[in-house]
Amino acid sequence: MALELLAQKPLFGPFVLDDTPSSGLDVESKIFGSFHIGPYEVWITQTVVTTWVIMAALILLALIFRLKLKNYKEKPSGSQNVIELIVEFMDNFARSTMTDEYAYFGNWFFGVFCFVLVSNLSGLLGFRPPTADLCTTLGVTLTTFFLIHFMGIKKGKGGYFKGYLEPLPLLLPINIISELATPISLSFRLFGNILGGMIIMAMVYQLPRFLNFGIPAVLHIYFDVFAGCIQTVIFVMLSMTFIKDKIPD
Amino acid sequence: MNQSIDPRAFVLGCSAIGAGLAMIAGIGPGIGQGFAAGKGAEAVGRQPEARGTITSTMLLGCAVAESTGIYGLVIALILLFANPLVDKI
Repeated sequence: MALELLAQKPLFGPFVLDDTPSSGLDVESKIFGSFHIGPYEVWITQTVVTTWVIMAALILLALIFRLKLKNYKEKPSGSQNVIELIVEFMDNFARSTMTDEYAYFGNWFFGVFCFVLVSNLSGLLGFRPPTADLCTTLGVTLTTFFLIHFMGIKKGKGGYFKGYLEPLPLLLPINIISELATPISLSFRLFGNILGGMIIMAMVYQLPRFLNFGIPAVLHIYFDVFAGCIQTVIFVMLSMTFIKDKIPD
Repeated sequence: MNQSIDPRAFVLGCSAIGAGLAMIAGIGPGIGQGFAAGKGAEAVGRQPEARGTITSTMLLGCAVAESTGIYGLVIALILLFANPLVDKI
């Protein structure tokens, strides 16, 4: 029943309300079209389209900076300063959260960081942030979930499976539940923060014009810029910590 | 006297009350974040030169403490915007 419900109606993604009285808030991810893959209907939602726009922008930026890389000199100037600042920040971040040995995770998490940050900030440009959709955050989190267990098995070998039976073999189900709770808590934290901010913004925008003069700007700074940046850092830092936790010393 | 209540209206009303009750979860993170901020202020007072590290650690702790409140918020949002209970009538 529950699975059937999910297949017909995404609970979190596009808030499809056929006959339920609408709250009048413009917070739903609109559906632009759909196509079929086998028995499943695939929606092209606002989230998907915004994600494409963000992906295109990020890829374009990356290509531009890749072409500029040839002209970079020993002594940085102009755009080289910015790029070196960002790359060094991420490298130090990865080195301090994981150890120097696993600093190569910084490469992967740099991509995640850029995508989540630009997604969170896209609310400033009038987009519906893709991270205000559980599908996006859960998708990003599932890669972390895969990395946690891949690195655990690769580095821990038998100790990884033995870890599930500690401190008592009786606690095996609880250990499995706690492993499954990791991606849920990670994705819901980001999703809830961004969606909550978005809904409060939508409510403020519904106030009469003379009441909300200037207020949305302040709220945008708090919910989009401050909460967006903090949640991105938290998301990446927790992902790294969870992966590091599974690797034995 | 046999007044019948529309079952949909009843479920929606109860869901609204449930959404309000779910937001009681906000108490926990409030206390937790206040505690973290207080301890952060104490630490800065004791070691003003370590201000940057203390602030970033505190913000991380606050964001983690916030997650239980966010779960409550998600439940409230589901009840208000994507109510699964109405479909069961």
